[in-house]
Amino acid sequence: MKVILRQPRREIELEGVRRVRDLLKRLDIVAESVLVIRGDELLTIDEPLSDDDVVELRPVISGGAR
Amino acid sequence: MKCRVCREKAVIQIRRHNANFCKPHFIAHVRRQVERTIADYSMIAPGDRLLLGVSGGKDSLALWDILTELGYRVDGVYLHLGIGEYSSDSLRFSQTFAEERGLRLEVVDLPADYGFSVPEAARASHRTACSACGLSKRYILNRVAVEGGYDTLVMGHNLDDEAATLFSNVLQWNLEYLARQHPVLPAADGLTKKIKPLIRVAERETAAYAVLSGIEYEVEECPMAAGNTINRYKEWLNRLEEESPGIKAQFLKGFLDRGSKAFREGGPPELVACESCGSPTTGAVCAFCRLRDVTLVEIRRRETA
Ligand code: SF4
Ligand SMILES: [Zn+2]
Ligand SMILES: [Zn+2]
Repeated sequence: MKVILRQPRREIELEGVRRVRDLLKRLDIVAESVLVIRGDELLTIDEPLSDDDVVELRPVISGGAR
Repeated sequence: MKCRVCREKAVIQIRRHNANFCKPHFIAHVRRQVERTIADYSMIAPGDRLLLGVSGGKDSLALWDILTELGYRVDGVYLHLGIGEYSSDSLRFSQTFAEERGLRLEVVDLPADYGFSVPEAARASHRTACSACGLSKRYILNRVAVEGGYDTLVMGHNLDDEAATLFSNVLQWNLEYLARQHPVLPAADGLTKKIKPLIRVAERETAAYAVLSGIEYEVEECPMAAGNTINRYKEWLNRLEEESPGIKAQFLKGFLDRGSKAFREGGPPELVACESCGSPTTGAVCAFCRLRDVTLVEIRRRETA
C-alpha cells in the first residue's frame, strides 16, 4: 500500500498491513496524533486495509507556543 | 465500529467519551460541545461583535465554520507573519475559506505594516520565534479588535493547546501565566475580552471536523515550530492519553474548575498605557514596542553594515 506522510509531504510503500491499527503500530505512531484518511473518508483503527490502498497519515498536532 | 447515535459505520472514535460517531453525528457532536462551552462560560452575549483570530490552520477555520453554523456572525483577522511559503499558503487558505462563505477577513501584514517579520524579530531579540510570534499576535489581534470596535476576540485554541500550555506552565511553575490561563479573559482598559470556545474539543477532533466538512487548511507545519517544546508536550500527552483516555481533558478541567482560582488571588496586575503606543501594559513601554524597537534597530544595523 502507499502511505502518504506529511510535515513534510512524502510517500512510503508498505506490504501486508491488515488494519489501520497495525499500520500505526508499524510506524510507531500514536492514534491520537494522526488522522488516517483514504480518499474522502476517515478510517477508524479497526478498518481493514489492502495492498492497493492509498492512505494519508495526517498529523493533527500543530501550533507551538502562542 | 458503529456510530453511538445511529449505528451506521463510524468515521471517528473518541475514546475519552467512550463514543464512536458517523460523519453527521460527529459534526453535530462537535458543534454541541462548542455551544455548551460558550454557554457554560457565558462567553458571548447577544449582539456581541465577534472577531476571530484566523491562522489558516484547522482550528481557526473549523471554529469559524462552527460559530457560523451556530448562528453567530463572526469577522476574521489574519496576521501575516512573514514566514515565507508557510505564511503565503496559510493566507490563501484563509482567504479562500472566507470568500467561499462570504465572510469578512481583515489581513494585517507584519512586515508591511510594522516593518519586520517573525524570524527577524526572533533573531534581533534573542527570543524563540514562537515567543516573538505569540507576543506580536496577542498585541496586533487585540489592537485590531479595539480599533474595530469589537466586543470579543475569539481564539481557536483547542483542548490539546490548553493542556500542553498548562503542562508547560506547571513544569515551570509560571504563576503569572497560570493566573492568566482561562477560557474567558474579561475586557480591561484597552484589552478586548478574549474567549476560547474550542477548549473541550481535542486537536484530533478539530482536524477531523475540518476534513469531514471539506475545509482546506494548512496541513504543513510552520518551519519555526521544529522541536517546539509545546508540540513535544502534546506528543507526550497523547501517549498518556492512549493509555488513559480522558487524561488530557481531566488535567485541564481539574485546573479550570478547581486549580486556577488559587493562582488568581490578589487580582490582575495594574495596567497603564504604553508610553510609545498607548496599549495597556504593566511596564512603561509595552513588550511589543520593545520587540519592535530592537528588531528595527537590528534591521537598520544590518542594512548599513
Ligand atoms: S509555530 Fe511558532 S512561529 Fe510558527 S506560527 Fe506558530 S507560534 Fe508562530
Ligand atoms: Zn450516526
Ligand atoms: Zn507599546
